[in-house]
Amino acid sequence: MHLQTYFIEFSYLLASILFILGLKGLSHPETAKRGMHLAEFGMLMAIIGTLMHFEIVSYTWIIVGLLVGSTLGAAMGVWVPMTAMPQRTALSHAFGAFAAALVGIAEYYSYTHGYKPLVELGHLKMSAMGFEIMLGSLTTTGSLIAFGKLQGIVPGKPLVYRGQNIFNMTLLAVTIGLFIYLIFVPTAVVPFYLMLTLAFLFGILLVLPIGSADMPVVMSLLNSYAGLASAATGFVLKNNVLIIAGTLDGFSGFILSILMCRAMNRSITNVLFGAFGSAAPAGVAGEHQGVMREVSLDDIAVQLAYANKVVFVPGYGMATAQAQHAVRELADTLEKRGVTVKYGIHPVAGRMPGHMNVLLAEANVPYSSLYELEQINPEFPTTDVAVVIGANDVVNPDARDNPNSPIAGMPILEVDRAKSVVVLKRGQGKGFSGLENPLFFKDVTGMLYGDAKETLTKLVGAVQHA
Amino acid sequence: MTPDTLISALYVFALAAFLGYLVISRVPPLLHTPLMSATNAISGISLVGSIVIAGSGHSVVATILGFVAVVCSTTNVVGGFVITDRMLRMFKRKK
Repeated sequence: MHLQTYFIEFSYLLASILFILGLKGLSHPETAKRGMHLAEFGMLMAIIGTLMHFEIVSYTWIIVGLLVGSTLGAAMGVWVPMTAMPQRTALSHAFGAFAAALVGIAEYYSYTHGYKPLVELGHLKMSAMGFEIMLGSLTTTGSLIAFGKLQGIVPGKPLVYRGQNIFNMTLLAVTIGLFIYLIFVPTAVVPFYLMLTLAFLFGILLVLPIGSADMPVVMSLLNSYAGLASAATGFVLKNNVLIIAGTLDGFSGFILSILMCRAMNRSITNVLFGAFGSAAPAGVAGEHQGVMREVSLDDIAVQLAYANKVVFVPGYGMATAQAQHAVRELADTLEKRGVTVKYGIHPVAGRMPGHMNVLLAEANVPYSSLYELEQINPEFPTTDVAVVIGANDVVNPDARDNPNSPIAGMPILEVDRAKSVVVLKRGQGKGFSGLENPLFFKDVTGMLYGDAKETLTKLVGAVQHA
Repeated sequence: MTPDTLISALYVFALAAFLGYLVISRVPPLLHTPLMSATNAISGISLVGSIVIAGSGHSVVATILGFVAVVCSTTNVVGGFVITDRMLRMFKRKK
């Protein structure tokens, strides 16, 4: 082996080790930053190592590509506001998956047009290539649709039509059929491009019927697929660092999806193919009788000012209202008066895993005040005021009490067990899933309507004077 | 791909899968968003494949595809790490 090759392989090995160490660092906020620096260094080493590859004859396009990509990436990283984090992540998945797909297509092109010995394109290589391209393509379009839904360009409601699942399954079956055919006849160029097109199409159709509220699962799955596409590329190119990094990403996404599904108590097939929230199913308990009690700002201010313990429960509404800074201001004001303030974060609150945590961190809320579901639920009976900010399903008691509810069995934050509940909501609407929430009709609950950011800011002033 | 290469690649895959499962289960929900952007950035390692294709000079088509792939992967890598850094800097403990 040339010295060159040793250097390249060694840089890949180093990169693999550093990636694993980097992810290990993410087990705690204090070690996370250093871990990431290790991973970044590893990536740099892998790139430098690759530049010495003997197959490279010309560096022009590489350098230009690296420069353009770095500029775009840096711009995206620096200018995107935290509230657009889900969209940016979806776009990133699209880019990554697209790159993997393109590598596969370019390789195939080189083999079938005589630039690389066709005899090398055996069954196994073709299989890996097929996986890479199918996964890469469907993840690209799927992520773009996810981006569209999150950004509001594509309707957030599930877009369904009759026979949709059958059509999608048939499409998938045909695509896989073509894939299998190609394994045996790798030179069948037309089926190849057909399979590619169908895979792109499948990605679109897969994500279209999924509602915005289920985005955390979809995002995690797409994250996983993008990683698996890279891993498949590793099998094709016989590159271990690609296999390792791709598998790490693939499993990370997969684990997150399972966690999200468990947190919603729905199976993954239900999320992908169940078109949740498209129409209120007949099994929903009848319209809740009762009145939603509206309360005044000053009442609530007094309750908060003289409370011992207050728990804030944020939801996607806090993100849309950009109210995280106002929440923190209120929390600070309360803490100065000796009130204990905690935050209850439901795993699927928001549009991606950890969404609420990031928004609150951006508002300088110390992470020690953020509590997970299992930690905070036992504390609600001793909580004086639970403040629900733009959250709906995650605090809906029907999940616990009503076996007929579409969200039955989903773990919820049991705010109705608190001594008093205040719900901040824009209006009387039903939220993203269209389900009635009996929490709003309970005696313990008071509704405070209006824009969350405004309401919270006014509360700060009112509490100071209470 | 010879059977030997496939088998050793499968070993790597299996070990990476186990290791990945162990490492990632230790990431608290607090850090799930940075986890997603970090793993996204890391999977941008496919840049390595794109670089070779963009530079091999086999054909115009392959070079163009490779170039686009390089741009996409690099955007992914740089953007992903920048965002992850930004997010991690925000997590502070109580003073």
